[in-house]
Amino acid sequence: MENKWSKGWLTRLLLEDRAGKLLMSFVFVVTTVVVLLNTLMPESSALHVSNYTVTLLGKYLCYGLLALALDLVWGYCGILSLGHGAFFALGGYAMGMYLMRQIGDRGVYGNPELPDFMVFLNWQELPWYWQGFDSFGFAMVMMALVPGILAFLFGWLAFRSRVTGVYLSIITQALTYALMLLFFQNDFGFGGNNGLTDFKDLLGFSLQSDGTRVVLLISSALALMLGYVLCRWLVSSRYGRVLVAVRDAESRVRFMGYRVEHFKLVAFTVSAMLAGIAGALYVPQVGIINPGEFSPVNSIELVVWVAVGGRGTLYGAVIGAVVVNYAKTWFTGVMPDAWLFALGALFVVTTLWLPKGLVGLYQQVVDFIKTRRQLMSNRELVDHG
Amino acid sequence: MKTKIKKISRSLIWASVATASLSFSAMTQAADTIKVGVLHSLSGTMAISETTLKDTVLMMVEEQNKNGGILGKKLEAVVVDPASDWPLFAEKARELLVKEKVDVIFGGWTSVSRKSVLPVVEELNGLMFYPVQYEGEESSKNVFYTGAAPNQQAIPAVDYLMSEEGGSVDRFVLAGTDYVYPRTTNKILESYLKAKGIKDADIMINYTPFGHSDWQTIVSDIKKFGNAGKKTAVISTINGDANVPFYKELGNQGVSAEDIPVIAFSVGEEELSGIDTGPLVGHLAAWNYFMSAESDANDEFIDAWQAFIKDEDRVSNDPMEATYIGFNMWAEAVEKAGTTDVDDVRSAMYGISVPNLTGGTAVMNTNHHLTKPVLIGEIQDDGQFEIVWETKGGVIGDAWTDFLPESSKIVADWSAPVQCGNYNLETGVCSGQNY
Amino acid sequence: MNQSVSQLIQRLLGSMLLLLLLLVSQPGFSLTTDKLEPLLKKSTWSQLEQVVISLTNEGSDASQTVLEHWLNGRLFVVKKQKQLVYAEKTPEKKYRIYDLLSSDELGTVKKRALKKVRINNQLRSVLKTALASWDLKSKNPDTRKKAIYASLKTLDNKTLNAFHVMRANEKNKKVLSALDVALSLHTFQTAKGAAQLEAIHVLTDFNHPYVRSELAASLADTSSTELAQSIRVALAEIDQRQQYYGMAESVFFGLSLGSVLLLSAIGLAITFGVMGVINMAHGEMMMLGAYTTFVIQSVFPNLIDQSLFIAIPMAFLVAGAAGVLIERLVIRHLYGRPLETLLATFGISLILQQAVRTIFSPLNQEVATPSWMSGSWIINEALSLTWNRLYIVGFSLLIFFALLFVMRYTRFGLNIRAVTQNRAMASSMGIPTGKMDALTFGLGSGIAGVAGVALSQLTNVGPNLGQNYIIDSFMVVVFGGVGSLWGTLVAAMGLGVVNKFLEPWAGAVVAKILVLVFIILFIQKRPRGLFALKGRAVEG
Repeated sequence: MENKWSKGWLTRLLLEDRAGKLLMSFVFVVTTVVVLLNTLMPESSALHVSNYTVTLLGKYLCYGLLALALDLVWGYCGILSLGHGAFFALGGYAMGMYLMRQIGDRGVYGNPELPDFMVFLNWQELPWYWQGFDSFGFAMVMMALVPGILAFLFGWLAFRSRVTGVYLSIITQALTYALMLLFFQNDFGFGGNNGLTDFKDLLGFSLQSDGTRVVLLISSALALMLGYVLCRWLVSSRYGRVLVAVRDAESRVRFMGYRVEHFKLVAFTVSAMLAGIAGALYVPQVGIINPGEFSPVNSIELVVWVAVGGRGTLYGAVIGAVVVNYAKTWFTGVMPDAWLFALGALFVVTTLWLPKGLVGLYQQVVDFIKTRRQLMSNRELVDHG
Repeated sequence: MKTKIKKISRSLIWASVATASLSFSAMTQAADTIKVGVLHSLSGTMAISETTLKDTVLMMVEEQNKNGGILGKKLEAVVVDPASDWPLFAEKARELLVKEKVDVIFGGWTSVSRKSVLPVVEELNGLMFYPVQYEGEESSKNVFYTGAAPNQQAIPAVDYLMSEEGGSVDRFVLAGTDYVYPRTTNKILESYLKAKGIKDADIMINYTPFGHSDWQTIVSDIKKFGNAGKKTAVISTINGDANVPFYKELGNQGVSAEDIPVIAFSVGEEELSGIDTGPLVGHLAAWNYFMSAESDANDEFIDAWQAFIKDEDRVSNDPMEATYIGFNMWAEAVEKAGTTDVDDVRSAMYGISVPNLTGGTAVMNTNHHLTKPVLIGEIQDDGQFEIVWETKGGVIGDAWTDFLPESSKIVADWSAPVQCGNYNLETGVCSGQNY
Repeated sequence: MNQSVSQLIQRLLGSMLLLLLLLVSQPGFSLTTDKLEPLLKKSTWSQLEQVVISLTNEGSDASQTVLEHWLNGRLFVVKKQKQLVYAEKTPEKKYRIYDLLSSDELGTVKKRALKKVRINNQLRSVLKTALASWDLKSKNPDTRKKAIYASLKTLDNKTLNAFHVMRANEKNKKVLSALDVALSLHTFQTAKGAAQLEAIHVLTDFNHPYVRSELAASLADTSSTELAQSIRVALAEIDQRQQYYGMAESVFFGLSLGSVLLLSAIGLAITFGVMGVINMAHGEMMMLGAYTTFVIQSVFPNLIDQSLFIAIPMAFLVAGAAGVLIERLVIRHLYGRPLETLLATFGISLILQQAVRTIFSPLNQEVATPSWMSGSWIINEALSLTWNRLYIVGFSLLIFFALLFVMRYTRFGLNIRAVTQNRAMASSMGIPTGKMDALTFGLGSGIAGVAGVALSQLTNVGPNLGQNYIIDSFMVVVFGGVGSLWGTLVAAMGLGVVNKFLEPWAGAVVAKILVLVFIILFIQKRPRGLFALKGRAVEG
């Protein structure tokens, strides 16, 4: 008997998306394997996976979610945002603020009310914008809401005035640059250059315990998968088709009577919220959030991940983020003096020979093999004929 | 059904390949070497300062191996590049400790890089030597601070300026880059200056962003502030890259060292090697070491360094001396403890003394800070400093300054009865410890 | 100033001037070695000060020579012979030593054979005051003026008498007004009643900061209301004048910041503005230019003053060649895919940065400033403009107009515009489009290289140089309107001036944030920048 669930909306949604299905099951399997090998295998075993790997994988998955968010606006809506790192960092700061509040009186000065950096700057009381962050629920909402509101306001202004192309890219860059300078300021109340660090626990669970790490990794994997499904749903809906139309010929869509700015605004805001969630999951795993995350170069690198993976496919962005970051981890350890040569060359080579990114490479290879086969079989036919 | 199994098994294979490549740690290391981790940025904004320290550690390792290593084992340096990216510092520290299983880490420069690494070395009970002058307000069980604490740089520098020899300065500009080290140092200095009877109106505080390059307005303001009749000096905690344009502007606007001397805490021989120092002669710096120090150990060190780096014009500087002291102390502590076990080495570190490069000895205290002399040098036209003043004997590094109300209550002492880095004398509580 | 020191200096000046007045000229060889004895040993600072006093009292030319060498840090003791010499550094990092009195060359020695005679800031200012007594006799009026100003803080009757004598014979206007300041200041400090009021009146016209601080200081002590009133009037007038100068100074600072922005953006206005390549390697082209300057200076260490004139064309060639190479190898394949140029050029910029780190070391390199660019143009005591900034403002405008000329009035410029506006049409008219692309990119890169030469005079020459300017350059080009050279000029100068007027009250960081917010909002108002291109080219 046919199970009704098997033709549920999710299946239908992913029906056309073989690569996406593959990627998601891959993420699922890798996460499961890593989690199992980390928790079940004894540390002496050769099969044991260290905590180092667990947090590293968690970090990659957060980057994957961030890249996914960018691909939604860049790949499907044609908005090249050079400031997506800002939304990521804002989500991270929201999480960081919650974690700071969790420290309570366990800071070095033992002040029950104020974080350490406020104590030595002689702050007397908690500033208003820190209120509420001792509640996890409130912080959770803020992680998505703050980036979302910023993106909404910014997008509302920019899309309404029809700022497009490089102009839009450059003002998103100005946005993240201005935020970076702002957060660098010690007077601003977010710990200045050092940012927020020395976190102790999350919802009462120590951040240094293996269990918390594993849970964070699983949450990152879940967030990535849910985010992927959400984005896939958005782009394969009617809304998504208009979005693609906007990307390819904005004026025509406008002339057909669509309010282009509304479509863009929704995509931009959703994307910023996803980026915020990625940032929030990233912070407890790396243990620090500081204004460096706002740096324009970080946002440019993010664009590079998406391009390397393959723009406008969603799964390509995730693959790009993981591959580039894995390459970075590996290169910085293996060839610390020359890794930038390798990374730079990777970028140049990708653009020159892989215009559709690594995902496109797969297609190129498949096509190549197919034509080869066809040629071969043709020849065989000729030979035998 | 069959295809499904095939699919799952295929993805399982892929997954294990990926997992294996993520953690190819299983390779067992030859147990007869002692591994030394080097965690200095080799790319990005801080590469400019930190690459030198990487080379210093490599040189020390080479020299130690020439002399037979430690405990009869050879040393092996493991270099990684945290790329001036602060979260990457934490990741790389974990990589060094978990994957490479190093016995000690030499690394860090900026405060934020240290703060980022701190939870990792504490969690994994690693051992790290941090070789740069910093703002204090910290003493971790797993970190030894071989650079200067504020009382080993800032306070003696002000004492010098206020002395007759230093020009009897009674008006101060505190100019710094806006981050934690200048903020803390300036807070300490402000409270110290006020305790010395300097009025609010005679203190000007100015902060600028990292890499600030347009100093016209600020130098002009400093000039105006200094023209009010009283003898004025600038105390500069301006960081790295911003110094060159700052000094160039000073020179061009004609601020000479006799009128308004500038004393810097982050400008050493290496920073000066990028500047034409002709117009800067007489401006000052406070450190625990200058390349011009006259001692046999220093001459030897400089010769070895220039030979190692194959450049006879290469300078040496204070963080290099701090690395030198830290490395020698660690080597001696390992010999003393007879093992590289972190807890044993740490206990062996306390009270250990090794020669410094300025002709005296450095002693490691139980608060994980050094006792070292403080020197004041004047910039010369050849990019070197001439030592014009020095403390009599060493100054004990103070992790928690006495000039900030909250901090004055806290002490650090890792020896037997207290065993705490942040011990509150008033409440008797040891707070903020992660162990 | 410390009491004992100022007394000391007063005594010094007094005795010097006495000698001067009596016109006693001592024979050159009266310089006895026992006076110099403390210089040979490790003496205290006060002992060294005594040496200065005794030498000054003696007042001979030989003493002057010793003091000058001492002040300039060229006075050394040969360790072995315990002999006092002066020395000059040779290009081989050794020292050529000369006899102190006869100036005969004594040979070349290593640095470790010499010990420098100690000097610190305190001693330096004593030396400078001491040398001022010789300077009053100098033939150069500027030196005389400086010597008078140097003695302002230590005026006494003897000095005053000397000034009176000097004033009678002085012809130079600047020196005369300096004398007026000194004499009126003294009258103000000592006289009472009408004479004092008259002195205030005279002093009101002068800008020397010491005058203002003396007036302000005496305001606190005075009991006479009439006197206090006239001091207040004088102060108000001085302050108002200085406010004007302050404004002028801010405008200049703004223009000079603007000129730096212009320099860093102008090459990008070609590669990005005209060609549409999102050129992230633009900063590295400037870096190449700056390193070219460094290399030129290392190759010709004796031609520092001329080095920039060699460096400018060389930087243009080096960066331009690099640009042509990049265009031919990479960007050529990416036309029609502007966003992908971002990716490729970002990769190139990483490679170039690391290449510089590998070749030159990650440290900053020292680029010397030619003597004609050092110091400042002193308009008066309250307003002076630094030479390097002045030259750079002029240089940036020169480059701008040269580029404008090339684009508008040369065949080359015409071809560039033709190719970028309608490639197919240009091609069918016989313009070699591929070659033009390469040359245009080379031109933009070359100009970036030239900008790098100018930047090497202001900031660090290191691997991060490009990164520090790239964001600002994009802001400027976009704010001005992509494709418009005039837009780039107006945007750069405008942002520079706005930034510098915000800075005094907002601080350097907030000023920059405000400028960025302003750009964001401005783009909403004019989505294609200040000088938007009109017509079909826009949609392209």
